Amino acid sequence: MAAPKKGRRSPGGQGRPGRVLALILIAMVALTGGMFASGRTTPRLGIDLAGGTSFTLKAKNEPGKPNAINDTNMNTAVGIIERRVNGLGVSEAEVQTQGRDHIVVNIPKGTNAEQARQQVGTTAKLGFRPVLSVAPGAKAPEPNTSPSAGGKDKGDKSGDKSKDDKNKPSGSPSPSASTQGRAVTDALKADAATTPSASASAGTDDKGAKKDDKSKQDTNPSPAPADVAALQKKLDALDCSTKEGRSAASEAAARSAVTDTIVACKKDGSAKEILGPVSVEGTGVSSASAVFDSQQGRGWIVQLKFTSGGSKKFADVTGQLATKQSPQNQFAIVLDGEVVSDPSVSTSINGGQAEINGGFTQQSAQDLANVLSYGSLPLSFSVETETTVTAALGGEQLRAGLIAGAIGLALVIIYLVAYYRGLALVALASLLCSAILTYVIMVLLGQAIGFALNLPAVCGAIVAIGITADSFIVYFERIRDEIREGRTLRPAVERGWPRARRTILVSDFVSFLAAAVLFIVTVGKVQGFAFTLGLTTLLDVVVVFFFTKPLMTLLARRKFFASGHPWSGLDPKRLGAKPPLRGSRRRPSAPVDPKEA
Amino acid sequence: MSKLGNLGARLYRGEVGYDFVGKRKIWYGISILITITAIVGLAVRGLNMGIEFSGGAVFTTPTTSVSAEQAKRTAEDTSGHPAIVQKLGNNTLRVQVSELTTEQSRTTQAALAKKLDVPLNKINADIVGPSWGDQIANKAWTGLAVFMILVVIYLAIAFEWRMAIAALIALIHDLTITVGVYALVGFEVTPGTVIGLLTILGYSLYDTVVVFDGLKESSKEITKQTRWTYSEIANRSLNGTLVRSINTTVVALLPVAGLLFIGGGFLGAGMLNDISLALFVGLAAGAYSSIFIATPLVADLKERDPQMRALAKRVAAKRAAATAKAESGEGEPQDEESYGEEPEDAAPAGIVRQATPRNRGGRGRPSGKRR
Repeated sequence: MAAPKKGRRSPGGQGRPGRVLALILIAMVALTGGMFASGRTTPRLGIDLAGGTSFTLKAKNEPGKPNAINDTNMNTAVGIIERRVNGLGVSEAEVQTQGRDHIVVNIPKGTNAEQARQQVGTTAKLGFRPVLSVAPGAKAPEPNTSPSAGGKDKGDKSGDKSKDDKNKPSGSPSPSASTQGRAVTDALKADAATTPSASASAGTDDKGAKKDDKSKQDTNPSPAPADVAALQKKLDALDCSTKEGRSAASEAAARSAVTDTIVACKKDGSAKEILGPVSVEGTGVSSASAVFDSQQGRGWIVQLKFTSGGSKKFADVTGQLATKQSPQNQFAIVLDGEVVSDPSVSTSINGGQAEINGGFTQQSAQDLANVLSYGSLPLSFSVETETTVTAALGGEQLRAGLIAGAIGLALVIIYLVAYYRGLALVALASLLCSAILTYVIMVLLGQAIGFALNLPAVCGAIVAIGITADSFIVYFERIRDEIREGRTLRPAVERGWPRARRTILVSDFVSFLAAAVLFIVTVGKVQGFAFTLGLTTLLDVVVVFFFTKPLMTLLARRKFFASGHPWSGLDPKRLGAKPPLRGSRRRPSAPVDPKEA
Repeated sequence: MSKLGNLGARLYRGEVGYDFVGKRKIWYGISILITITAIVGLAVRGLNMGIEFSGGAVFTTPTTSVSAEQAKRTAEDTSGHPAIVQKLGNNTLRVQVSELTTEQSRTTQAALAKKLDVPLNKINADIVGPSWGDQIANKAWTGLAVFMILVVIYLAIAFEWRMAIAALIALIHDLTITVGVYALVGFEVTPGTVIGLLTILGYSLYDTVVVFDGLKESSKEITKQTRWTYSEIANRSLNGTLVRSINTTVVALLPVAGLLFIGGGFLGAGMLNDISLALFVGLAAGAYSSIFIATPLVADLKERDPQMRALAKRVAAKRAAATAKAESGEGEPQDEESYGEEPEDAAPAGIVRQATPRNRGGRGRPSGKRR
């Protein structure tokens, strides 16, 4: 895809056509080799050609928000889900509303349906909450003993590694020097010294001064003792060790308002925590990306970038937290009512960046980053049905369509051969080259970014035949014009080129502009189509510059073409070339015979 | 084909040529007529919006002996909404019911399964919400608007504002005609159609730009001569790129025609057909408009430019002088005059198609150098 840049440079004119040709052939062979090496030799097909999986999501009514399910929210949700499952715009997933409170998501075959289900269903309400208290994950056997240890649990999502060593409800002081699950940005130290002080009693020092930037002091009153007791009870009752318990807990937590103090489970079930009101909301995050942290060996992490407002709040909050005792110097990153990670803070974090870590796999880090990037859904949804759908366009119809297309293509070939004779070979070779490149790149993109070929894309490709062939035709006509001026083939090929090149670039630019605008502005199928159009337009430029032109230069040296063999399509006589008059190349010759008019 | 090759050469030399610019009024008239027909068709018949826009479900059955009529009755009785049933090539049925809710579509699916005596899961149901098509179409409109603005700016910079306006008018012309044909033929408008329309958008402009590029080149040094007016040069340039235009159009249309006529022939209506019709009409209209509408429009606009008006005057004066000379018997016969009636609109004679017809060469130029 480095094509557009290369396209601007004209390959060394007459210089080394062989070398340029060899280059593109090598590129083709390499790409084709890459395709075979990647193990797939067919493009990923869209849902209309290959079938796929269809989910029906139902919006859930949430208490306290009776009118939340409306058209605006549904459309926002469709937009967000669309971007989640089709982030790059080419995977041909379809998202549509159905009725008042359903959303249908169609995922083409070949996509991981399980992962897609996760992606579409996640509400992705993100919030940063200060940690008030931490307890081990399991239901507290006796209400009193619980609240001490566990301050150090890590955000290990899968939980297998971290579970045993540090989450025994014993209150063991496990200092857990492990940096895992901890640091937020480089400014954060692992803070190995945080001994899990027995500060389990919530509310001694409630860190709730969220939006109040100026108050460096903790102005928020701690929860009243009664609340503390209630929270503690809730915390004790919470069972984070079972899946059901966790999902119940996260549902309850997700329902609570941002200003509430809540109890929540860690995602891996290793701990439960009392959390203060949301100090930075998910809307303060501008983007998220998954990166592999090789320097500190923390594996896959998710990097967050804050908006300017979010970054200020975050700096303030972390500044305050840093002065607190553990575990209250921790803050929890809460996603849909679950604590994803709860790093501790040792200094105020400026710079508008944060990291979430905690034993992510590449997949889970990317999923989380993806979900965070596109924002949270205004509604929560449950997956109602999941069905396998067959291709909307039966194989029968597709095959007939392809046959029809092939017949059309054969007609094109006949026409070209009849009109351009020998030159048609150049045109056909160029079309073939273009077709191979398009096909191979589509297959490779299917793997790399989930590009899926659907019917509109196929149509785009068929139209591309016209646009691609036009470049050759423009060039051929230029060459023939030059020959009509009385030039021999070799200079004609070179002189015709700069003018043909300009025409090709100018017109391809318009076509590419159309594709780019459509790709940026639209969604879904139109986007996939625009992608195909843009791709073929770029390839057209590449092929003309690196294949057709050098090939022409080479052929101009062959006697068959240079001497203007009648079948070469370049016969000066048939083209009606005139010997140059008076040596002036543009000299208009005799007046027109009126009979011709 | 050698005839065609010769024709190319003669077109190139300007020996033959069609006076596109001179006869522009006729073509404007034809285009306006077609456009009005399209708009009337649109207003009277309206577009047949597919279920993607109205909401509904499409059921596809396995091969069956149940007739389309029976299936239609079953679907309508169960759902309470009108159904369209098509028999596809291999005796399968495509049942399309609009404005269905999820619930109704399930019962309809079940009823069809019962009628056909096949298991429920053999009947493929594709349920579509009304918002989907709208969503796609709305975004497409936004894209169209953004694209038009950008492309006008680009053309105004790369060429000039007159060409940008002419290209835009030609584009709107193409889109109107295509939409009109949909209204008249009654083909269903699906998101595929919208995509077909968007393709035209790119292609129509592409074609226009190729023609304009030739025109720009031809008219580069126009003010330095007095032999031809802008319109004549535009016409000459059009004729020069005619072979290219024809070849490109044929090459682009053949595969689409294959899809539309051959594919449509043994498939009946289907998504492929929907798209290929939009493409076929649009590509043809695009090629037509870049030659018959866009370039003459540019010439029209250009002739209002004071500079070009002055040039036209000079050319006319020169011709008048030459005629006078010829009449007084001392000049050679003037081919220009023998060619068309009005000097203003006459097709240019001469051989070059280059932009810079030169003025030296012995013809008198009594009034040529006024500037």
